[in-house]
Amino acid sequence: MSTVRPPIAMLAEVTHRCPLACPYCSNPLELTRQERELDTATWADIFRQAADLGVLQLHLSGGEPASRRDLVELVAAAREAGLYVNLITSGIGLTERRLRELDAAGLDHVQLSLQGTDPATADEIGGYRGGFARKMQVAGWVAEVGFPLTLNAVLHRRNLHQLPRAIDMALEMGARRMEVATVQFHGWAIENRAALMPTLDQAREATRIVAEARARLKGRLVIDYVPADYHEDLPKRCMGGWGTTGLNITPEGLVLPCHAAQTIPHLTFDRVTERPLREIWYDGAAFNAYRGTEWMQEPCQSCDRREVDFGGCRCQAMALVGDAAATDPVCGKSPHHARIRAQAVDYAADVEAPLVYRRMPEREGVE
Amino acid sequence: MTPEDIPTLPRGVRLHFDRVREAWVLLAPERAITLDATGHAILSEVDGARSFGEITQTLAERYNTPPEQIATDSAGFLDALRARRFLDVRP
Repeated sequence: MSTVRPPIAMLAEVTHRCPLACPYCSNPLELTRQERELDTATWADIFRQAADLGVLQLHLSGGEPASRRDLVELVAAAREAGLYVNLITSGIGLTERRLRELDAAGLDHVQLSLQGTDPATADEIGGYRGGFARKMQVAGWVAEVGFPLTLNAVLHRRNLHQLPRAIDMALEMGARRMEVATVQFHGWAIENRAALMPTLDQAREATRIVAEARARLKGRLVIDYVPADYHEDLPKRCMGGWGTTGLNITPEGLVLPCHAAQTIPHLTFDRVTERPLREIWYDGAAFNAYRGTEWMQEPCQSCDRREVDFGGCRCQAMALVGDAAATDPVCGKSPHHARIRAQAVDYAADVEAPLVYRRMPEREGVE
Repeated sequence: MTPEDIPTLPRGVRLHFDRVREAWVLLAPERAITLDATGHAILSEVDGARSFGEITQTLAERYNTPPEQIATDSAGFLDALRARRFLDVRP
């Protein structure tokens, strides 16, 4: 195995609580309740360990990180540790005053999610009435404070037609960067494949719109694009390669190679409160499970792209083929590829499919 | 970039010494870019006040290199930063 290098980025899912209930949430189906969340001091210690390990970029995410009362303290602790701090938020839970406090604490960047470009669509997708109006207010405050902004438009069959308007909104908000992220089917999105799967025409149209906008807005707005996965022939280099670039901490302190890794049943995960982060990164069983190329099967093992995309997404191989070491079936070389493509077309044609909203588990001991 | 252009690092983009990898990096939204000696030398001089011409002149004197050489060597790097909005320019 090649030498393991230090991680660059850490995703800290500081809570699973969220006022929204987006049906494509990447959180696991089994959400963590508030009483099991790590406290402020433990997070501050994790941030220091991460910086010592080589992490440069911290993404504070959730759930909705603004649901944490100590968000300002968390940002201050992360800056103190020397990290670049990015807040990934829906905006709900942020006030002008709180944004000014986050500014004083050293927050570097805000990434604001967009569920739709009008109140009706956005509030239906987010499952939260008034969410869109509130988000627009927050976007205004973000601009007033002067935070650099990325607008993250999450797209799927129900809102892909709004992409041109979403790009205009990014410009109106003063965003320097935009993510056009077609829903990836992990977490709650798996439950919603029939409700959210884009049609092939939509997927192609989105690619065309992004290419046109990139050319038109060069030097003004940077657009990072995540295309519709199931309609592609080449799998994504998931996480930049398993255990090579980033790590993820769950609200209760489990350290994961990616946010969906818990869907791979044979993996065991270390807890950051029980083992130093450095040891977990270099020696943890889950991190070493799919590093490098030795674990690969055919057609990956002899493929000349094996170190380009590392066989795609392990969690997707698990979910769709039942084997986390298999070739991601999005790959045209996978024996399951034709089935996945056909399935995508079927899902996309299921116009009646209802949205399954994300929800927290019932309180323990209560019906 | 012309000698009259005034480069500036926009908010959210900052120089950082990566003590683990022992290298200077430019931290920006969703990116960390490792800097070579020339890149670091130029970006360290970017203050939003002095023009690119003044910066290359300063560096030329310090390193005893023609300013045109510094401008040529850094053109591709600086253009790439501008394209990603990691470096803004005022005329």
